Amino acid sequence: MIIKSMHDSLRIPGSQEDSVAAAKIATILERHGRDGTRLVQILREVQDALGWLSPPTLTAVAEGIGWPRAQVESTASFYSFFHTRPLGEYRILFSDNITDRMLGNQDLLRSLCHKLWLEPGQVSEDGLVSVDTTSCTGMCDQGPALLANYRSITRLTPERIDEMAHLIRRRVPVGDWPSDWFHVEDNIRRRDVLLDHGLAPGEALAAALDRGPAGLLGEIERSALRGRGGAGFGSDIKWRSCRDAWGDAHYVICNADEGEPGTFKDRVLLSSCFDMVVDGMCIAGLAIGASKGFIYLRGEYRYLLDRLETRLAQRREAGLLGRNILGRGFTFDIEIHLGAGAYICGEESALIESLEGKPGKPRIRPPFPVTHGYLGQPTTVNNVETLALAALIAVKGGEWFRAIGTPSSTGTKLLSVSGDVARPGIYEFPFGVTVAEVLEAAGAQHTQAVTTAGAAGSCLAADEFGRRIAFEDVPTGGSIMVFDRSRDMFEAARNFAHFFAHESCGFCTPCRVGTAVNARLLDKLANDHGSPYDLDEMEKMHRLMQGASHCGLGNTATIALRDMLAKFRPAFDRRLHSPDYEPGFDLDAALSQARRMTGRDDPGAHLTDNLSAHAGEAPSEVQP
Amino acid sequence: MNNSFLLDGEDVPFTPGQTVMQAAAAAGKYIPHLCWHPDFTAHGSCKLCTVKIGGRFATACTARAAAGQEIDNITEELTAKRRTLLQLLFVEGNHFCPSCEKSGNCVLQATAYEMGMLSPHFDHFYPDRAVDASHPDVLLDFNRCIMCELCVRASREVDGKDVFALSGRGAKSHLIVNSESGRLADTDFAVTDRAAEVCPVGVILRKRVGFAVPIGQRDYDEKPISEKAVGKAADGVKEAG
Repeated sequence: MIIKSMHDSLRIPGSQEDSVAAAKIATILERHGRDGTRLVQILREVQDALGWLSPPTLTAVAEGIGWPRAQVESTASFYSFFHTRPLGEYRILFSDNITDRMLGNQDLLRSLCHKLWLEPGQVSEDGLVSVDTTSCTGMCDQGPALLANYRSITRLTPERIDEMAHLIRRRVPVGDWPSDWFHVEDNIRRRDVLLDHGLAPGEALAAALDRGPAGLLGEIERSALRGRGGAGFGSDIKWRSCRDAWGDAHYVICNADEGEPGTFKDRVLLSSCFDMVVDGMCIAGLAIGASKGFIYLRGEYRYLLDRLETRLAQRREAGLLGRNILGRGFTFDIEIHLGAGAYICGEESALIESLEGKPGKPRIRPPFPVTHGYLGQPTTVNNVETLALAALIAVKGGEWFRAIGTPSSTGTKLLSVSGDVARPGIYEFPFGVTVAEVLEAAGAQHTQAVTTAGAAGSCLAADEFGRRIAFEDVPTGGSIMVFDRSRDMFEAARNFAHFFAHESCGFCTPCRVGTAVNARLLDKLANDHGSPYDLDEMEKMHRLMQGASHCGLGNTATIALRDMLAKFRPAFDRRLHSPDYEPGFDLDAALSQARRMTGRDDPGAHLTDNLSAHAGEAPSEVQP
Repeated sequence: MNNSFLLDGEDVPFTPGQTVMQAAAAAGKYIPHLCWHPDFTAHGSCKLCTVKIGGRFATACTARAAAGQEIDNITEELTAKRRTLLQLLFVEGNHFCPSCEKSGNCVLQATAYEMGMLSPHFDHFYPDRAVDASHPDVLLDFNRCIMCELCVRASREVDGKDVFALSGRGAKSHLIVNSESGRLADTDFAVTDRAAEVCPVGVILRKRVGFAVPIGQRDYDEKPISEKAVGKAADGVKEAG
């Protein structure tokens, strides 16, 4: 019956191809219990199976989970990694963070497009391949990077691009490409208490069970642990509020959606300290009275999924996860949900929306997730690093932890350092370390600027490198991008502005339109049409978005831009075409289509030449 | 302390559980808004109702009223912000008021007049949005959509149909309807639906009644929205209890 209804919705009951598609969709739906809250997972698996999410496919999925079709389409169209139109058997997405650009990704992208005879963003005429860009894939320490059918490839070179073009043309499956292309290094450059924990899997969990929920919360409170995602909320307060909130069930969510450009520390924690993270989640479950946890893994880290699933299964076998953990009567299990390319899902309420199968749009807060989170139940959302540190504290105690770092920022911080440094990678430093010390450790020279919280935080100039990494001075989620004096900070600002325009969820007016206006203003400067007026406009957008935006994305989207405008003004002034007002509308560019159609490119077909010839005489003539 | 707060220095009473917007509307005070409607769940997306509560920005339609709050509403700073938000909405879509059937009845247009918006200021985006004339009784002109989701809420909460949804992300956000063809005619939408009458702008238009009331004699031609909206909203809030 199920198969039959699929047939009906696919409209071509006789076609063998469609009956195969319908059967595949039905299998996936069954595996997920036809549960709409699992829609993001369902759509990913259906797309993997069928290549893209066609209108009949979305109808079939909607019928399968019993949701209105429009809501399924709404989710499918929200995430960058879902396609509601065919994008080829090969989907190549170049990571387009500023650090990838600094490593030459644009030349590589152009080269690949040239070899494959296509334009960026378009599908080749034979429907074989498309090449485009995507937001930072978390490989800044080993870029330039790309995703080939959503699998990470690092350390791109012109030679690799050549070979890739051959492999695509010969239709070699991505799984059969050279395995060293997919190798991801940890690049741990400095270890401190967390990366040198020396604990066996489950050891921290056993210590927490010995302490009991109250004792454990006491240690977390004594440790003064603050959330490592960037906001720095007190972990003990979060856990206590969640534990005390009434609900049918409580949930722990590990936020592994590290999308901040330049961040990759969670990638390293998941690949090299995963047991500490899992122990931390179990400990959080013990503290708040939860028996279920989710890891929300960013879609860019798809390559980690199978490995992490395997490890969770091994822990279940070893009595370190699931029922009756360590024979102590404590039950807690974990499920991994994969994101699908949406930076906003790092915001905790957007993440929860995504976990429930919806577009990742932040909720109205209050109520906060600690009281009304996943499925409306009390939920604690913690960063990967916070959870690993909680495991460490469960063993070593709060006093021990508090002795590290500064009084307001206890413990250590993992820093993802990339850009113009000799040794990009992960640096674990106690809080309070100066920016200069980090730069020295990483081998930075002639440093012009450092962004201290990715695209969403401050940008420091050389005279500020004595400042300290700490919540009370330079707060950071861990993304440290370094720019030497050869870099054009205007390009960094422009890259960030496009990033936010691409990643704004679109819910509120100031962020949805404001990020787009900023990207357009910076493009206007890049196209030699800028004036001081445009810089004032950016300042105006900053003031609007900071106060009026719905969530942290809009509130932080202009911070780095404003800093760069204030501290690296010459980089912007150089781009100004005129000291007065310049219209955004380019009259000559508007004629380009007519020139293409008529095959003309002589001076007479250009407005600018004619304009400048008459500019002195009658400027009124050129008014549109 | 009794249950009241200060809105621009004037005492506004509230009943516990009310938002600032609900209490203000019931008291006949106008806080500019586009996506808020007394009959539906607050959405908090247009941000026109941004006020300052105790010096901090907040959205009046989602912020709970509390005793003793000191709230700024009509100030130069907030009016300037609202004007900018309106300009952003105008350039994001394709709004040609002189030829629009909704002119004079349009909340976006009326609010822009109220806030003293004299020009769109920013460069237009000129998005490419097709019109859907498939339905026998209703025309959808997506060019004017401001993403307020009032039709989404009305269809879901009142009509129980889920005819509308927002699709896409960021600047690519757009309204869709609940059919595989993407056409309104292929949904169960009816002209008698509540969703057919909530659009504050000119997206959802009844066919065959266009310009029945001449421009110049319409709602906001008679009175500015600050007077008109307050009367309507106050009635709505009182009815809703």
